[in-house]
Amino acid sequence: MENIAVQLPVTEISAPKRAGKRAWRRAERLPGEPRRIAYVYLAIPFLIYAAFTIVPLVQSFDISFYNWDGITPGTWVGLANYKSFFADPVIRGSYLHTLVLIVFYSFIPTAIGLLLAALLSRMRIHGLTVFRTLLFLPAILTDVVLAVTWTWIYDPHGPLNTFLGSIGLGFLRRPWLGDFHFALPAVGVFGAWEEYGFCMIVFIAGVMKIPTSLYEAARVDGANAWHEFFAVTLPGLRYELTVVVVLTMIDALSTFDEVYVMTGGGPGTATTVPAFEVYNQAFLQGQVGSAAAIGITLMLVVFAVSYGITKILEPRGE
Amino acid sequence: MDRVTRRRFLALGGAGAAALATASCTPGSPARVAKAPPKPARTGVTVKGPVKLVLWDQESGKVSQIWNDLIKGFEHKYPNVTIDRVERTFSDLKALLKLALAGPHAPDVVEANQGWPDMGEMVKAGLLLPLDNFASAYGWDRRVPHTINAANSWTADGQRFGTGSLFGFTNEAELVGVFYNKRMLRKLGLTVPATFSDFDNSLAVAKQAGEIPIQFGDLDAWPGIHEWAAVQERFAPKTYMTDFIFGLDYNRLTFTTPQNLRAATILQDWTRKGYFTPDLLAVGYGDSVSHFAKGQGLYMITGNWIVANLGADNPDFGFMAMPPTSPGGPLVSTGGPGFPLSIASSSPHPDVAAAFIDWMTNDHAAQMLVRSGEIALNKGFTPTGVKPGTLLSDLLATAARLRDTDAIVPYEDWSTPSFYNTLTQSFQELVGGKATPQQFVSKCEADYSAFQKSRATSSPRPTSTG
Repeated sequence: MENIAVQLPVTEISAPKRAGKRAWRRAERLPGEPRRIAYVYLAIPFLIYAAFTIVPLVQSFDISFYNWDGITPGTWVGLANYKSFFADPVIRGSYLHTLVLIVFYSFIPTAIGLLLAALLSRMRIHGLTVFRTLLFLPAILTDVVLAVTWTWIYDPHGPLNTFLGSIGLGFLRRPWLGDFHFALPAVGVFGAWEEYGFCMIVFIAGVMKIPTSLYEAARVDGANAWHEFFAVTLPGLRYELTVVVVLTMIDALSTFDEVYVMTGGGPGTATTVPAFEVYNQAFLQGQVGSAAAIGITLMLVVFAVSYGITKILEPRGE
Repeated sequence: MDRVTRRRFLALGGAGAAALATASCTPGSPARVAKAPPKPARTGVTVKGPVKLVLWDQESGKVSQIWNDLIKGFEHKYPNVTIDRVERTFSDLKALLKLALAGPHAPDVVEANQGWPDMGEMVKAGLLLPLDNFASAYGWDRRVPHTINAANSWTADGQRFGTGSLFGFTNEAELVGVFYNKRMLRKLGLTVPATFSDFDNSLAVAKQAGEIPIQFGDLDAWPGIHEWAAVQERFAPKTYMTDFIFGLDYNRLTFTTPQNLRAATILQDWTRKGYFTPDLLAVGYGDSVSHFAKGQGLYMITGNWIVANLGADNPDFGFMAMPPTSPGGPLVSTGGPGFPLSIASSSPHPDVAAAFIDWMTNDHAAQMLVRSGEIALNKGFTPTGVKPGTLLSDLLATAARLRDTDAIVPYEDWSTPSFYNTLTQSFQELVGGKATPQQFVSKCEADYSAFQKSRATSSPRPTSTG
C-alpha cells in the first residue's frame, strides 16, 4: 500500500517533466533546470576535497602496505602492518578503550542532551537563553584548554577530591588519572561534559520543529510529561538522534587531544586510543606504514559504525 | 541520491581509488649516502666571500640568549659569515627536521635529537654529514668523554648506533642524579649517604618522620626512566648499560638479568613502603618539581634541568650521583649529550659550519654557558665564578668526576625506537603494583629482542621503483 502511494505521484509528475524537457531544449532554459556550468561549480569543491582528503586517503592506504620510516624508500610488506597490530595487545587494547569511550562520548551526552532539551523546551522561565548558553558553553571552548583544567580538577589534591572529602565521601577519593581502573572513565566523564552541549543544542532545535498541535493533542488525550516525551518528542527527534549519535561516536573513535594532554596514554597503557597510536607510530617512532594501517582501520571502523547507526536509527518508510 | 546511483558512485570511487593506488609508487625517496668531507688543511673559516649559514635549534630561555651572544662573537671573528638562526621548539624539530633536511631549502647546521627514530633515520637517509675529519682536525674526539661522542655516532648506513662515524657534536651534557634537601637531612639527623644502603636507610628514616622520602611524580611517564636507571645502575655494570643501549653485541645481551630483576624488586618495594610521593602516578612532573622546591621530599631523582627551579646559588639543596653499593665504589649516572650540532649533507659550506660548531663548543663557550646552569664536559675545563657550597658547584663537581671517569650512561629509552613507550609504560605498571618485577623485565625484553631480531634480518633496502 505504501509503495503504491509513493509511486503514483512520481509517474504523474515525471510525464509532463519529460515533455517539458524536450520543450526547453529548443527554447530557452528554464531556471532550476540542469546546465553544464553546474559541473564547473561542483568541480571546485571537489578538487579541494580531492587534494586534501581523497588523495591523502589513497596515499595512506598505499603506505599502509609498506614498512616505511617517512624518508627512505619503503619496503612492500603486504598485510604485515595490519597483522602485526592485531597481534599487538597495546593496539588491540586501544580499540577496546574506545568502546568504553563511546559510552561516555556518545550514549551519556545523548541522554543528557535529550533530557535537557525536553526540560528546556517545556519550561517557561525567565533567562532561559542564559541557561541554554551556559549549558552549551563547554561545547564551544577549546579541547586542550579544558583538558588542562580537568587535569587539575582530577589532581590528587585537586577540587574533586577535596569536594568528595568535604561531603563525607572521602573513601571515594583517588588519584583519578593515575589509577589503572579509573583513568579511562575519568577521561570519559570529561568527554561527556564536552559533548552534551552539542547534543542538547541539536535536540532543542529539533524540538522546536515539532508542531505544538501534537503536544496539545497528547495533552487532550491525558498524557503526562513522561508520555509526551516518549510519544511525541522522541519520535520527532529521530533524525536529530541519528546525527547526534553518529557524530559523537566519531568523536569517541577519534579521541586524541584529551588523552594526549591528560594522561599520555597512561598509567601503563590504560588510556591508549587508536588516534594516539597513529601519532605515536608516525611521529615518535618513525613507523609511518603501521601508523597508516591503524589509521585506515580506524576509518573503516568509523564508516562501519556510522553506517550501522544510521541503519538502526534512520526513520524507515518516509 | 537513489540506491542505484549511490552504488554506481561507490563502484566508480572504488575503481578510481584502485587506479590511483596502482599508479602510486613506493613512498620515500632513494637514500643518499653522505660522503665525508676531506680533512680541512686549515681550521677556521678560510672562505673569503660572504657566507650565510642557516641554523635550526631548539634552545630556549637563558641558553638561547647566550647562544645569541656566541653567534655575535662568531660573526665578529669572521665578518664574512652570517648566521641565520631559526629558533624552534623541541616538538617542532622532532616532527619537521627530517622533512626539512630532505627538502630543497635545508638548513646548514641543525640540532638533531639522538636515537633511532631521529638521528638514526637521518643518517640512514644520508641527510647528515659524517664529521670524523673535522673531529680530528679540531680535536672534538678528545674534547669530551667517549660516551658522549658515541651517542652521536652511527655507521654510515644508520644500522648501528654508538659506533662508526660522528654525525653531531656537543660539549653540553644533561646529568641525572639525586637532589637532596640539606635542611631536611639535618633535621632528620642524617648525613649525605655514601653508599646505596645508606641511601635506602635514610628513606626509612624520612618515612618514619612523616616526610616524603623521594619526591616523584610519574603522570608524564618519562620521569620513570630516570628513577629506574638510578637504581638499575647500582647493580648492572656500566659496560652492560652502554652496550645494551647502543645495541652493540645485541645477540648476547638481554633485559632479563638478575641485576635488572633486583633493581625492579627494590623499586616496587619502595613504592609499597611509601618511599615515593603518594599517588605518584597522578602527579605531574612540573608539580613534583615545585613541591620539592617548596621543601616536600628529602630527595628527588632527576636531571640538572631543574637547577633553575631550585636556584643555582641555593645553599639549601645539594646534588650527588646515586651513591655506589660499596663505599668508595665507582660512580655511574645517567645523562647524555645535550642536543648535538650536525651539518646537513646538502650544506654548500661544511667547512664554515664545522668552524661554527667548534666555536659553540670550545672552552670559551663552556664558560659562557656555566651561568645558565648547563654542564659543559670539556676535558680539563674548570669553570670560574661558581660560588662554593651552592647547588651549582655540587652539580659541576659531580659532572667533572663523572666526566673524568667516562661514567655517564646514556638514556635507556634510546635502546629501540619503541623503548621509550615500553619502558615508561611498564615502569608505571611496576610502581603502580599492576606488574611484577618479573613481568616488568620480560616486557622490556620482548621489545628489545623484537627490535634486535628485526635488525638482524633486515636486508639492504631496495631503492625506489618510481
